[in-house]
Amino acid sequence: MPEDHDRSGRRPSRATPVSGITRRRFVQGVAAVVAGLDCWPWPARATAGPEPVGVLDGNHFELTIERVPVNFTGRPAYATAVNGLVPGPTLRWREGDTVTLAVTNRLPQTTSIHWHGIRLPSQFDGVPGLSFAGIAAGETFIYRFPVRQSGTYWYHSHSRFQEQLGLYGAIVVEPSIPHPVRCDRDYVLVLSDWTDANPETILSNLKQQSDYYNYHQRTVGTFLADAHSQGLGPTIADRLMWGRMNMSPADILDVSGAAYTYLLNGQPPGANWTALFRPRERIRLRFINASSMTIFDVRIPGLTMSVVQADGNDVEPVSVDEFRISVAETYDVIVQPTESRTYTIFAQAEDRTGYARGTLAIANGLRGAIPTMDPRPLRTMADMGMADMHGVSERGGVRMEGGGAMPGMELGRGGMPMKMENLPEYARRAAMLGPGAPGQPGPSSSKEFTVPDMGSMAAPLSPGVPLRLGPQVDNIAQMPTQRLASPGEGFPPGRRVLTYADLRAVYRGTDPRPPERELEIHLTGNMERFIWGFNGEKFSQAEPIRLKLGERVRFILVNDTMMEHPIHLHGLWSELENGQGEFRPYKHTINVKPGERLSFLVSADTPGQWAFHCHLLYHMETGMFRAVIVA
Amino acid sequence: MTAAPSSAMARAWSFAAAAWLVLCSSWSTNAQPLSPQITGLAQYGQPLVMDDTIFYHLLFDQFEGRTNGPDNEFRWDGEGWVGTDTNRLWFKSEGFVQNGRMTDGDQEVLYDRPLPWLRYFDAQAGVRYDLDSGPGRTWGAIGIEGLAPYFFQFEPTFYFSNQGRVAGRIQGSYDVLLTQRLIAQPQVEMNFYSQSEASREVDSGLSELDTGLRIRYEISRKFAPYVGFAYTGDFGQAATFVRRDGGNPSDPRFVFGVRLWY
Repeated sequence: MPEDHDRSGRRPSRATPVSGITRRRFVQGVAAVVAGLDCWPWPARATAGPEPVGVLDGNHFELTIERVPVNFTGRPAYATAVNGLVPGPTLRWREGDTVTLAVTNRLPQTTSIHWHGIRLPSQFDGVPGLSFAGIAAGETFIYRFPVRQSGTYWYHSHSRFQEQLGLYGAIVVEPSIPHPVRCDRDYVLVLSDWTDANPETILSNLKQQSDYYNYHQRTVGTFLADAHSQGLGPTIADRLMWGRMNMSPADILDVSGAAYTYLLNGQPPGANWTALFRPRERIRLRFINASSMTIFDVRIPGLTMSVVQADGNDVEPVSVDEFRISVAETYDVIVQPTESRTYTIFAQAEDRTGYARGTLAIANGLRGAIPTMDPRPLRTMADMGMADMHGVSERGGVRMEGGGAMPGMELGRGGMPMKMENLPEYARRAAMLGPGAPGQPGPSSSKEFTVPDMGSMAAPLSPGVPLRLGPQVDNIAQMPTQRLASPGEGFPPGRRVLTYADLRAVYRGTDPRPPERELEIHLTGNMERFIWGFNGEKFSQAEPIRLKLGERVRFILVNDTMMEHPIHLHGLWSELENGQGEFRPYKHTINVKPGERLSFLVSADTPGQWAFHCHLLYHMETGMFRAVIVA
Repeated sequence: MTAAPSSAMARAWSFAAAAWLVLCSSWSTNAQPLSPQITGLAQYGQPLVMDDTIFYHLLFDQFEGRTNGPDNEFRWDGEGWVGTDTNRLWFKSEGFVQNGRMTDGDQEVLYDRPLPWLRYFDAQAGVRYDLDSGPGRTWGAIGIEGLAPYFFQFEPTFYFSNQGRVAGRIQGSYDVLLTQRLIAQPQVEMNFYSQSEASREVDSGLSELDTGLRIRYEISRKFAPYVGFAYTGDFGQAATFVRRDGGNPSDPRFVFGVRLWY
């Protein structure tokens, strides 16, 4: 049986021998490889069923990337795995440690590992061609950097489509100062999308027919149904409106369940990954969306989730029934089941073509009831960036959104003022990377400011954005809206769904300066040609974005396309301006809804060449990528 | 049938093609020079994001038998391309085979690039060769192909021969989704010529019309059997030529085939 332990303390070291694990060498410094403990999240061994496998703990790690046979769908396939596992082993670090990771490439081609959301020297960021040369076949690369932050993060390959083929895993960094959020159990839940198909074929199919994987389009049948329910005239007008633009409101995700099997910790829905609990325990669930293309809507019917962390940074608890997790985001939630029953962890793809699923149970082998998937969302005129300025009523009439700023939140609550000289040694060492930059906001960095709230949600339109028009751009949002208070499309009324406006950091931001300049970047694309980019330019057409070391910049993103784009800036935090003022959340990945305009602040405190890209893998590989040079 | 190439026509054709291509490519010529450090092979000798790679596809929209009971013929109409987002080489091929005789054979090789001001259309320019059992003809070809508003597939092409002839073809189709996989496709192709030519069974003006309605079932996107109905009509003198050669200038048929892509 599992033993309870408080997550605020350090997990006791274990050196349990793990059977059935081959091709892995344990090295000095690995504090523990743990197996068989029900209270820890186990990535599944790729080839087998729900066999629990290890977590690597310590400050020295040996990771081997290789091709392994797997079977997620009933058909044998090959995955690109770390230490033979999909997901790769969960890495447990401690804030303040310097970690060393020796990554050995047993693939026939170059590989890489990027530590997603981790602030580190750029040569260890793991982007081939930008931060280093990649790890050539047969070679070992040593990553070594100080860990200056805590929370839930993840790692993945940054080489072509290796991430799609399984090269990802979780990182959990224990805070140096014990965590204020108490829990009895702690699980990592890695969501991902698996395909037996060759990703190169998927991309090629999308280039030929961009709705190749969409089997939920509007048909004669839906026309008749709409004509029946809404009247013939409005239905025809609606079809003509979308047809005139050659756009389909049924276009939700580019790659659907027609190609994907959705996994929870490497388990397809039928395998029913299970986490154990006892009633009234507080359970911390660390959700990581390691998908290549799939945005998930997550809920646990019967339980209210308390969101306590987003992208590795603590937030004031928000109670929700459901949250949308875009690709590459992480959310930590606390649940506290009171009954001795099973609860289904239900993560349905945004386009409702499939789901990942697991169970919270009091014993192994129990299965919770699987809810039916919600109705599929349809894109709206707001998604087309054609909403008017007076606000657009979200479907279901639950929320209003519009051009106005968020209601003002009171300033100055929370936080523990502390002087810089009281910083621990590691933080001062880490600060040498840049001009005094802490790794993340925390109890030791949350100083009180006298600078007024910079958290504008209504950044002015800056003229003269160098938009390059051409065949790579098929739409410009005429009237982009601020939609941070909307969870997006596709949620039935009556559920409390997390929005970006709900995220309020526990600790003050570390940089009180107002931005010195603004960079407005349009997210652009041509759906039909499957070309994506920023400001109308693919990566190969574009100059890098240059930031001066130490400067403070406001990035304004305008989504001209009809798809969500989770935008990830490497190496530097993206401080989302969501109306929470100096308690704005620090994120590494910001999901920009269709037709949305939002802004975030960046302190260019770490020099180097960083990647800035859409984390939808096939968007990135078709051009939605920029180099950001901080010098 | 002497076909001594008229150098004046050839020159005119060359100018027209060159002007078209310059027009089509003008949108990309104002690009700023890019940092060699970041683009292409970056400083680490690794390609960073390969967003300009070469893809290739081959689609047979029609690959079918056409029958009116006693009389059967085989019809194909396909196209393929290879290239990047901005530069592609297209191949188009169509024709009929009946009793070992091939008619209406039309093979084209075209350079293709996206049109800057029409987001879903490509400009195409190249060569058409009429290759079948009749006498061969060579044409220069200029056209556009793409998705018009309201999801109409639209493909008008103009042809110029070195013998002073001009021709045009308009092709269009539309996909009606009866269900997600059962798709009805009305289609039309019209051929126009400036001069009548008996040996190729064409007349000046609208010479030939080929239209049909096919209902396919997409077992997969790449393999979709279909049934349907097609009508081929020849007009004016073309009808006379077709009748002379034993054909029917007003020719309705049932079709059975498979839509294929690779």
